[in-house]
Amino acid sequence: MGAISVRNVWVEYGDQIVLERINLEIASGAFVSIVGPSGCGKSTLLRLLLGQEKPTRGTILIDGRPLPDEPGPDRGIVYQRYSVFPHLTVLGNVLIAYEFAGSRLLGRLMGRARRAAIDEALALIKAVGLALHAKKYPSTLSGGMQQRLAIAQALARKPRVLLLDEPFGALDPGIRAHMHELIRPLWREHGMTVLMVTHDIKEGFALGTRLIVLDKWRDDPQAAERFGAVITYDLDLTRDNAGPVRFCNEPTVAS
Amino acid sequence: MRRAMNIAPERTGRLALALLPFALIALVYVAGSAQRRAVNPNDKLLPPVSEMADAVHRAALEPDRRSGEIVLWTDTSASLGRLGAGLGLATLIGLTLGLAIGVLPLVAAALAPLVAVICMVPPMAILPVLFIVFGLGELSKVVLIVIGVAPFLVRDLAFAAARLPTEHLVKAQTLGASTWQVATRVVAPQIMPRLIEAVRLSLGPAFLFLISAEAIAAESGLGYRIFLVRRYLAMDTILPYVAWITLIAYAMDLGLARLSRAAFPWAQADEGR
Repeated sequence: MGAISVRNVWVEYGDQIVLERINLEIASGAFVSIVGPSGCGKSTLLRLLLGQEKPTRGTILIDGRPLPDEPGPDRGIVYQRYSVFPHLTVLGNVLIAYEFAGSRLLGRLMGRARRAAIDEALALIKAVGLALHAKKYPSTLSGGMQQRLAIAQALARKPRVLLLDEPFGALDPGIRAHMHELIRPLWREHGMTVLMVTHDIKEGFALGTRLIVLDKWRDDPQAAERFGAVITYDLDLTRDNAGPVRFCNEPTVAS
Repeated sequence: MRRAMNIAPERTGRLALALLPFALIALVYVAGSAQRRAVNPNDKLLPPVSEMADAVHRAALEPDRRSGEIVLWTDTSASLGRLGAGLGLATLIGLTLGLAIGVLPLVAAALAPLVAVICMVPPMAILPVLFIVFGLGELSKVVLIVIGVAPFLVRDLAFAAARLPTEHLVKAQTLGASTWQVATRVVAPQIMPRLIEAVRLSLGPAFLFLISAEAIAAESGLGYRIFLVRRYLAMDTILPYVAWITLIAYAMDLGLARLSRAAFPWAQADEGR
C-alpha cells in the first residue's frame, strides 16, 4: 500500500516550466528524501502528490489508481509551519481526525465513541512523547513539540503516504536529531510510504532509503524560465555504498 | 534619567492617571456651570449637578405623570431591544455569509463584489427608504442597524477566513474533513475572536444608527427622549442621558472583550509573549 508512480509529469505556470519529465516509481513503504536547491520545485512536487495542484502534463498514480484531484486522508502532510490548529489543544488536534471520520454533521464525537477516540489519540500523543502536554494549546509548545504533534496528527488517519515538507527545517540541531529518532520507528511501525522534502542533505541521507535530487538541467541566462527541474540523481540508500538506482532522465546535452 | 519611553506607571499610578482627565473635565464643568449661573440665574446651557441629579431622579425613580411609566427604564429597554435585535441579526448574517465567502470560492465570486459595494451605501441615506418600506415601527430601526453593520461584519469575517493559512485547510482535508467540517471545526472557531472584535468595533456605528432612527420617528427610546427634550433646552436631562448611553456602550465593549478572553484562551496566548 502506498506505491506511487509519477509518469512524465510536467508543471508549467504560463511560460515558466517548473518541473519537466519527472518519472518516478516509488515502492510501497519506501522513505524517499527529496533534496535540491531552493525554488527547484520540491514543494511543487509535494503539492502535486497532495492533489492541491494538477500536473500540466503527465499522470500520477497511487497504488495503480489515478491520484484524486484534491487532498484526502490517504495522504498525510506535515508542514514546517502552520501544521497544527492553534485553536485546539494537543489532544484536540489529534482527536479532530477521528471526529472528522466519525461525525459527518457535527464533527464532534459523543459518549463511548468519543472515549474510544480519545484513547486512540492519547496513544499517538504518547508515541510522540507529548503525553504530559495533552491539555496545552500549541502556542505554548516549543517548535519541536509542535512538530511532534503535527506528526501524531498526520498519523491518526493511517495514511498510505506521508508527505513531509521540510518538517524539521526550523528546529535546532539537537532537537532535529531527536525528531529523526522519532520518525524512523514510526515509519517502520505504520508501514507507510514517506516522502520528505528537505534542505539538509545530511538529513536526507540519514533518514531515507532513497534520495532524489531535483535540479534544473540547464541554466540559460536568456530564457531561465524555459528549463524546469528534472531528477538529476536518484540514489538507493539501502545498499552498502549508495549507488544510483538508475541514471537520470536528463537528456545528453553538450555542456 | 531614564528615557521617557521606558517610564511606565505602577498599578495605582495607572488608575490615578486614568481618572485624572475625567476629574479635570468634571471640574471644568462645575466651574463653568457656577460661573454661568452667577451671571444668569436662568441659564439652561450648563445646569448644575444638583439639577441633573433631580432630573435623573425624576426619570429613573418616579413614574411619569402622564403614562405612569418610569421613563428612563422604558427608554433603555426599548433602545436595548432594538440594538440587541439589530446587532444579533447582523452578527448572525456576518458569521454565516462571511464564512461562506471565506471558505467557498464560488460564493466568494458571486457575493464578494456585491458586499463590497453594499458596504459603501451610506445607511442613513436609505433610512427614508426603510421608513417607507417597513413603516415607522420597530422593524425599520432594527433593519437600519442590520444594514449599517452587517456588510462590514461580512467583509471583515470573509477577510479573516481568507487570512487563515492554506496549510490549515489542506491539513484538515488530509485528515478527511468535508467542506462543512472544515468550515465549522477549522475556520469558524478560528475567526470567532475576530467576530467579537468586529462586533466591538460596530458598537459605535450601531448606537449611531439607533439614535438617529429614534430621533426621527419613535415613541420611546434613549435617542427619542434626547431629541424630545431638546425642544425645552433640557440640558439637565440630555447630559445624564448621554452619559448613560456612553456607560451602556462602554460596558458592552468591556463585556465583549472579557468574553473573548475567557472563551478563546488560545487566541490570547501569543500576546503575553
